[in-house]
Amino acid sequence: MKIVVPIKQVPETSNVKMNPETGTMVREGVESIINPLDLYAIETAIRLKEKFGGQVIVISMGPDKALEAIKEAIAMGCDDGILLSDRKFAGSDTWATSYVIANGIKQIGDFDLVICGERATDGDTAQVGPGIASFLDLPLSTFTSEILSLNDGKIKVRRLVEGGYEEIELELPAALTVVKEISDPRLPTLRGKLKAKKMQIPVWGPQNINADEENLGLKGSPTRVVKIFTPKVTREGEKIVVKDEKTLNEAVDKIMDYLIKKEFI
Amino acid sequence: MGEVWTLAEFRHGELSSVSYELLNRGKNLSQKLDTALASVILGYDIKKEDIDELIARGADKVYVVDDKNLENFLVESYANVLIALLDEYKPDIFIAAATTTGRTLMPYVAVRKKTGLTADCTVLDIEEGTGNLLQTRPAIGGNILATIKTPNTRPQMATVRPHSMKPAIPDKNRNGEVIYKKYDESLFKTKSKYLRFIKDESQQVTVQDAKVIVAGGKGVGKEENFAIIDELAELLGGAVGASRDVVDRGWKTYPHQIGLSGKTVSPALYIAAGISGAVQHIAGMQTSENIIAINKDPDAQIFHLANLGIVGDLNEVLPLLIERIKEYKAKEASANV
Ligand SMILES: Cc1cc2nc3c(=O)[nH]c(=O)nc-3n(C[C@H](O)[C@H](O)[C@H](O)COP(=O)(O)OP(=O)(O)OC[C@H]3O[C@@H](n4cnc5c(N)ncnc54)[C@H](O)[C@@H]3O)c2cc1C
Ligand SMILES: Cc1cc2nc3c(=O)[nH]c(=O)nc-3n(C[C@H](O)[C@H](O)[C@H](O)COP(=O)(O)OP(=O)(O)OC[C@H]3O[C@@H](n4cnc5c(N)ncnc54)[C@H](O)[C@@H]3O)c2cc1C
Repeated sequence: MKIVVPIKQVPETSNVKMNPETGTMVREGVESIINPLDLYAIETAIRLKEKFGGQVIVISMGPDKALEAIKEAIAMGCDDGILLSDRKFAGSDTWATSYVIANGIKQIGDFDLVICGERATDGDTAQVGPGIASFLDLPLSTFTSEILSLNDGKIKVRRLVEGGYEEIELELPAALTVVKEISDPRLPTLRGKLKAKKMQIPVWGPQNINADEENLGLKGSPTRVVKIFTPKVTREGEKIVVKDEKTLNEAVDKIMDYLIKKEFI
Repeated sequence: MGEVWTLAEFRHGELSSVSYELLNRGKNLSQKLDTALASVILGYDIKKEDIDELIARGADKVYVVDDKNLENFLVESYANVLIALLDEYKPDIFIAAATTTGRTLMPYVAVRKKTGLTADCTVLDIEEGTGNLLQTRPAIGGNILATIKTPNTRPQMATVRPHSMKPAIPDKNRNGEVIYKKYDESLFKTKSKYLRFIKDESQQVTVQDAKVIVAGGKGVGKEENFAIIDELAELLGGAVGASRDVVDRGWKTYPHQIGLSGKTVSPALYIAAGISGAVQHIAGMQTSENIIAINKDPDAQIFHLANLGIVGDLNEVLPLLIERIKEYKAKEASANV
C-alpha cells in the first residue's frame, strides 16, 4: 500500500486577529498547526499501513515553514514527506492548489490511495480533496466516516450524508476525504520526533512536477478575491435575567412570544 | 448572455427543498442579467410533478437526464453528464447547494471545466457594468467575509449554503420548457459502485437540513439531561446540535457537532443552551436567522449573537418552556376542531 496524504499548515484559529484597516489576517506571532481535520486523514493512513503494510507519504504545498507540519506528521508515524514550495505557487485558489498537489502526487507515482482532510480551517472550502481526485481521474468518496474493507484492489467505505450513511466501493487507486468520526488521531511519539528531526524533506518546485506555468499561482487561478471584510456579528438582542419564580415565568413568556411571533410553533 | 443554472437535488426518489432555495437565488440573478433561469435535474424515475414544481418555483427551463445509471449519486457519472450539458448549453452561472452532493460534485466538475468555484456562499449578486457574479462567503472560521469573482472563465460556479435563502414560492400558472437529454453508456462508466443507504435514526433530521436547531453545550451538565434538548427539538420539529465539548464527552455523536470542526449551519432558528459561544462554535452557526441563548453566565459570548438572551439555568428554563409549548399546541389543536 502506498498512501499519499495531502496536509495543509494553517494558523491556530482560536487566536486569529484581523487588521481592521486592511481587513487582512495578522499572521505575525500566530502559531501554525497542521489543519486539525488533516490529523484524521493522517491517522486513517497510518492505521491502514499498520494493517496492510506499506508506506505513508505526506505532501504539503506552502512556504518553508510548512516543513514543521510535515515533520509533525512524520513524528506521528508517516514515513516520508514532500514539500511543494515555490514563489510561483503563491496566490493559488483551489483550482491551482489542486493542480499542484495532483502533479506532485503523479510525480510520487504508483500510489493506491490519496486521503485528504474534509476541509481546511482557514480557506474552509473543502474543494481541494475533490479537486485532486478530479485532476488524477480517481474515484472519490467524500465525508468518509469508516473504512469497511480493503481487498482485491477495492476499498469499501461508509460516508456521512444527509439523513444517514452511504456505502460505496471504489477501485484502487482512489481518493478519500475523511471526517472526524473516522478515527482518533494519535500524538507524535518521542522516537518519531527524533526521526523527523533528522530527516531531509525534499522540496519540489514547478520543474520537479512537470507543471505548466500557466496553471500556477494567481495566473492559474480562475477566482479572484475582490474584497475581504469583517462581518458584523453582534445583534445583542433583549436579555432577561432569571432570579426567581417570577422572572423565570417572564423569561419563558418571552421565549413563547418570540416563537409564536416568528411562527416557529 | 448565457443562462443561469441551478442544480436540483433529487435523492432517493425525492426532490429536496434546497432546490427551490436555489431557484429563489437564481431568479434574482437571471432577472438582473435579463436571461433565462434553468434547473438541471439528474436521477432515475424523475416524476413529472417534480419537473412541474421546478417550473412553478421559477425555472424557465428544466434540463432532465433520467437514467437508471443515475439512480444513486456517484461523482464520476454525475460529473460526466453535467460536463456534457455545460459544454452543449454554455450557461454563464451555475449554482448548487453546499450539501454533501454539491460539495463533492461541483469541485470535481470545476476542475475539468477549468473554471472558478466559490464555496458555501451566503450572498450572490451581479456586478454593475461587467455582469460578473459577485460571490460572498465566510472564511477563516467565520471571522471574515470574502467577496470573490470568476472574471475570465465560464460558467461562474458557486455552492450556496442551504437555508441561507427562503424557497421560492410556487406559481402553478407559470410555463416552462422541458428538455430531456439522453447520454451514451460511456458517460456512465465509473470506477466506483453504490452499495446502499443506511438511514441513521439518531440523525433523522440532519442539522444541515433543519429549519430549527436546538443545541446543547457542556452546560447541559450530563448525558441524561440531554433528554430535554432532544424533547424541545422534537417539539419544534428541529434537529439537535452540540458543542465540541459535548461530542468529546460522548453525550452526542459527531454528526451533531456544530462549529469550525463540525457542521456549518444556518437554520431559521438556533437555540443555544449551556453553550459559551467560543469562536469555533460561533463559526458554525452565526448566520442563523434567529438565535435564542440560554446561559447562566451573564457575560457569556453567545449573548452577543442572540436576538433573545435568557440568563438562567437551562434545567429550569427548558422544562418550563417545554410544558408551555405543549399547552399551547394542545390549545391550538382543540381550537382547530
Ligand atoms: C478568505 C478566502 C476565501 C477563499 N475562497 C475561495 C473560494 O471560494 N474558492 C477557491 O477556489 N479558493 C478560495 N480561496 C483560496 C483557497 O483558500 C486556497 O486555494 C487554499 O490553498 C486551499 O483551499 P482551502 O484552504 O479551502 O482547503 P480545503 O479545500 O478546505 O482543504 C481540503 C483538504 O485538502 C488538502 N489541502 C488543502 N490545501 C492544501 C495544501 N496547501 N497542501 C496540501 N494539502 C492541502 C488537505 O487535505 C485539506 O484537508 C480563498 C482564500 C481566502 C483567504
Ligand atoms: C481547532 C479547534 C476547533 C474547534 N472546533 C469546535 C467546533 O467545531 N465546535 C465547538 O463547539 N467547539 C469547537 N472547539 C472548542 C471551542 O473552543 C470550545 O471549547 C467549545 O465550543 C466549548 O463548548 P461549550 O460551550 O459547550 O462549553 P463551555 O465553554 O465550557 O461552556 C459551557 C457554558 O454553559 C454555561 N452553563 C453551565 N451550566 C449551565 C446551566 N445549568 N444552565 C445554563 N448555562 C449553563 C456556562 O456558563 C458556560 O458558558 C474547537 C477548538 C479548537 C481549538
